Order: sequence, then C-alpha cells, then structure tokens
Amino acid sequence: MLRLTAERMGSLLARRAAMPLATSSARMASHGHEVATTVDMSKPLYYDRKDTPLPDRAYKDVLDTADKGLKQKEKGPWGQLSKEEKIALYRIMFCQTYAEMKQPSDEWKTVMGGIFILLGLTGLIVWWQSIYVYPERPRTFDEEWKAKQLKRMLDMRINPVEGFSAKWDYEKGQWK
Amino acid sequence: MSLQKPLMRGMLGKRLRFHLPIAFSLSLLAAIAFKYAVTEPRKQAYADFYKQYDATKEFNAMREAGIFESVRPSEE
Repeated sequence: MLRLTAERMGSLLARRAAMPLATSSARMASHGHEVATTVDMSKPLYYDRKDTPLPDRAYKDVLDTADKGLKQKEKGPWGQLSKEEKIALYRIMFCQTYAEMKQPSDEWKTVMGGIFILLGLTGLIVWWQSIYVYPERPRTFDEEWKAKQLKRMLDMRINPVEGFSAKWDYEKGQWK
Repeated sequence: MSLQKPLMRGMLGKRLRFHLPIAFSLSLLAAIAFKYAVTEPRKQAYADFYKQYDATKEFNAMREAGIFESVRPSEE
C-alpha cells in the first residue's frame, strides 16, 4: 500500500515538475530582450509597471548613430518631427506602451491549475495521514458518550437564561 | 491648449470635512443599533428569567440529577 502511494506521488511530482518548466520556456520565448548577464542594482533600472508610470531611466541608454541624430533633432521644435520619428523617440524611452502592458495573458490558467493540483496533492497526503499517522479516536466522540455529555450539561443548567439550557423545556423533557 | 491648474493643496482637509461627519454618525448609529438590538433584549431576558426563578427548586432538581459532589441525591 505504501509503495503504491509513493508511485502515484512520484508520477504526480513528475507532472508538476514538467509544467513550470514548460510555462517558463514559453514566457522566455516571448521576452526577446532578456539578458543573461547580472544586473547592476546600484544603478537606476528600467521597468514596465502599470502603477508607476515613469521609470528611473530610458529604455535604450546606448544609442546608435541614427538614434543619436534623432535625439539631436528632438532638441529643436517638435512640430518638425514626423509621426514615425515621434514613435521612434517614444520607443527609445519606453519598451512597452500602456496598451501593451495591459494586454491580458493566460497566466491565470497556469496559476489556477497549479493551485488545484497542489490542493489535490495535499488532499492525498492528508488522507494518507488520516489512515497511517492519526492516533486512536478519543472515546469522547462516541455517540453514547456525547448523549451522556448533553444530558449532564442540561442537568447542570448550562446557560439557562439565553443559551444552551434556555432552549430545553424542563417540564416536557424536550427541546423548545 | 491650456489646462486648468490642478488642485495643489487642501486635499486632506477636504477629504476629512467630507468623511469625518459620516464616520462619526455611522459609528454612533452602530452603537445605538447594538444597544437596542442586543443589550436591551438581553437585559429583558435576564429580568424575565429571574422574575420566576425559584433557587431552591432548581437546586433540588440539580441535586436529584446527581451532578453535585457535596450533596448526593436524596436516597429514598
């Protein structure tokens, strides 16, 4: 019985281990600009956040010659900038627009799925524990004992004004 | 296009002037409601209980049920 349970748990763990790997690779594929080198956290960082609009630095901080030329043109009157140039300047400063940030994703399905799988696993563990770990059931839970306990509480007049014994009719010997 | 100058100061005062009277009156209402829904009926319940309470009769009933250790049920 123990070996059978371990096998079941083993297959469940394999499925659980494979799932986050699959989803993380999917997420990595969508992020083309993620770098593998370590980030210097002492310098201002760039971030895309819906709640904090203006990041600590521009998105592109190393500009090639075309972008440098554009930045020079930005110092002049903006009416002279074409629509494409304005968009290019925006994309130098920011990675994603608010519309892009707000795009819904399917992450909630992964989260809910993970929650349910783990809940199920916990349920199995608790069930196994209830059979192999729990001590003997106390005698105070037997129906006969509980009936005697109830009668004793009524005899002692527990909470006779508004509570327990107030609901018992002592003349008729039944609940009110 | 010229925008209207935004609100620069006095925001906390404005919020308090709106919310504090509401907060105080709702709390007062909650206290009054609790008094008349809970404490008054409870006082009445206790008064009614003790109006018809015979302590000796209750004691003897409890004694016969055998819950006391100082007095055993009256063996007949």
